[in-house]
Amino acid sequence: MKAKGTVHKYGDNVDTDVIIPARYLNTADHKELASHCMEDIDIDFVKKVKEGDIMVAHENFGCGSSREHAPIAIKASGISCVIAATFARIFYRNAINIGLPIIECREASEKIEAGDEVEIDFESGVITNVTKGESYQGQAFPEFLINIINKGGLLNSLK
Amino acid sequence: MGMTMTQKILAAHAGLDEVKAGQLIMADLDFVLGNDITSPVAINEFNKAGFTEVFDKEKVTMVMDHFAPNKDIKAATQCKQCRDFCGEQSITHFYDVGRMGIEHALLPEQGLVGPGDCIIGADSHTCTYGALGAFSTGVGSTDMCAGMAKGKAWFKVPSAIKFNIVGKLPKYSAAKDVILHIIGMIGVDGALYRSMEFMGEGLKNLTMEDRLCMANMAIEAGAKNGIFAVDEVTLAYVKDRFKREVRIFEADADAEYDEEYTIDLSQIKPTVAFPHLPENAKTFDEIGDVKIDQSVIGSCTNGRIEDLRAAAEVLKGKKIADSVRCIVIPATQAIYMQAMEEGLLKIFIEAGCAVSTPTCGPCLGGYMGILAKGERSVATTNRNFVGRMGHPESEVYLASPYVAAASAITGKLSQPSEVM
Repeated sequence: MKAKGTVHKYGDNVDTDVIIPARYLNTADHKELASHCMEDIDIDFVKKVKEGDIMVAHENFGCGSSREHAPIAIKASGISCVIAATFARIFYRNAINIGLPIIECREASEKIEAGDEVEIDFESGVITNVTKGESYQGQAFPEFLINIINKGGLLNSLK
Repeated sequence: MGMTMTQKILAAHAGLDEVKAGQLIMADLDFVLGNDITSPVAINEFNKAGFTEVFDKEKVTMVMDHFAPNKDIKAATQCKQCRDFCGEQSITHFYDVGRMGIEHALLPEQGLVGPGDCIIGADSHTCTYGALGAFSTGVGSTDMCAGMAKGKAWFKVPSAIKFNIVGKLPKYSAAKDVILHIIGMIGVDGALYRSMEFMGEGLKNLTMEDRLCMANMAIEAGAKNGIFAVDEVTLAYVKDRFKREVRIFEADADAEYDEEYTIDLSQIKPTVAFPHLPENAKTFDEIGDVKIDQSVIGSCTNGRIEDLRAAAEVLKGKKIADSVRCIVIPATQAIYMQAMEEGLLKIFIEAGCAVSTPTCGPCLGGYMGILAKGERSVATTNRNFVGRMGHPESEVYLASPYVAAASAITGKLSQPSEVM
């Protein structure tokens, strides 16, 4: 499995309240959630984002609330993968459980800039920065989690 | 090698003699929680996956607390979906308006969670129940759905940080100040993926309400869970509430901790976390003149009876500043009733505060106290992220009930000693 797209770049501690503000949690509709994704820190995100684009951030991405609406909003906005130095733990498992690919890589989070073209190979964990001609080794998922992902998410893996 | 409290509880629930940090396990759950925001997503997944029955109708709860009493038609629709599902599934513990309280105050009060339990909740502050000596952690709606259907959840066994608590809090310093101090010290990702384990001779000086407040904010340091060693305070609290068997798991003498800190309660001063992260903790020697427009006293962090007593002690016989709106929200109906019987509500209303039925409302910017552009609120809640209580250019300052009450009187961030 691979992802390739243009990068939207953010900083440390991107919390779930800015990914999808609580005032919009009176719905579980994926498209409606996506229409407000990131609006409190990047009002133009929903206008700029294209199908397949990649989100890159620094430390503790997705901290705060347990709202699954956060990875849902990112995925429904068209983002194909989130790369960060570290993820907050609830966001990490929510992303796996709903099938939003994420990958931890400090070097990538430091070197990739907004607008770069980036390709990710999930099996090897290798992240290629096509624009800069660099590659970075991200942390591939452990087998236990690959198993969940390959079965199509947590619920299918439990059947 | 020895195990931490958390590791022992996880091992017991995974049917293993021993677990190690980093190990992935499948654990049996004692209780599964959702609220009116997270449950609808879980119910949709439950139906989509073709599940027909919850694993145990006694061990699943839904609490209508976030946008309830219904704030708008969409919120009403989400609550109705939960109500209908719980009706169809004959779920014993469904909490609707009039019986509900803020989930993390309600569940311990009702004795639904207790020592030795393994609990998940589709709400990040589910870590609160660690105060009772349980392993309890927040998850998303898909995990909640799997937990409801199968009574199981997968976990990566965490390593831990040990907090050795000594001493006793000075007058007007509170448990909230302790946890803000700790988050200020280690940062909002200081305990990422790990447990925060609290023990030591000073625990006896922390009431159950103090512990619930501290465990509640473990997530604000990124922790998987916060947990307190079980002692006489715990056992006295659960004695006439908790119906299941009390199981006490103590850390082994040779348990390995990544880091160890000693927290001397006697050194804790009134503390405020400045926008926009809980780690921006300052004591009053670092705080200048910060005017506030609103004070919120309540939430799963600080809406319990001792919190209301603390606020009332400061507000008694005084008036809040003309420029301030002060909103007091008892966290459960039982707390509301007790506050009424103790005369606390009278003190609040005479001081010029609004008193509300239990709801999470303002804490997450849902309703009941939303801030306009440029406005500031001091709040006894748990998060001060951008836009958390309203407009993206509003600000939230996290503090104890003492500080929130004192600040309501003066109209600026103030410690209780300024008004007492």
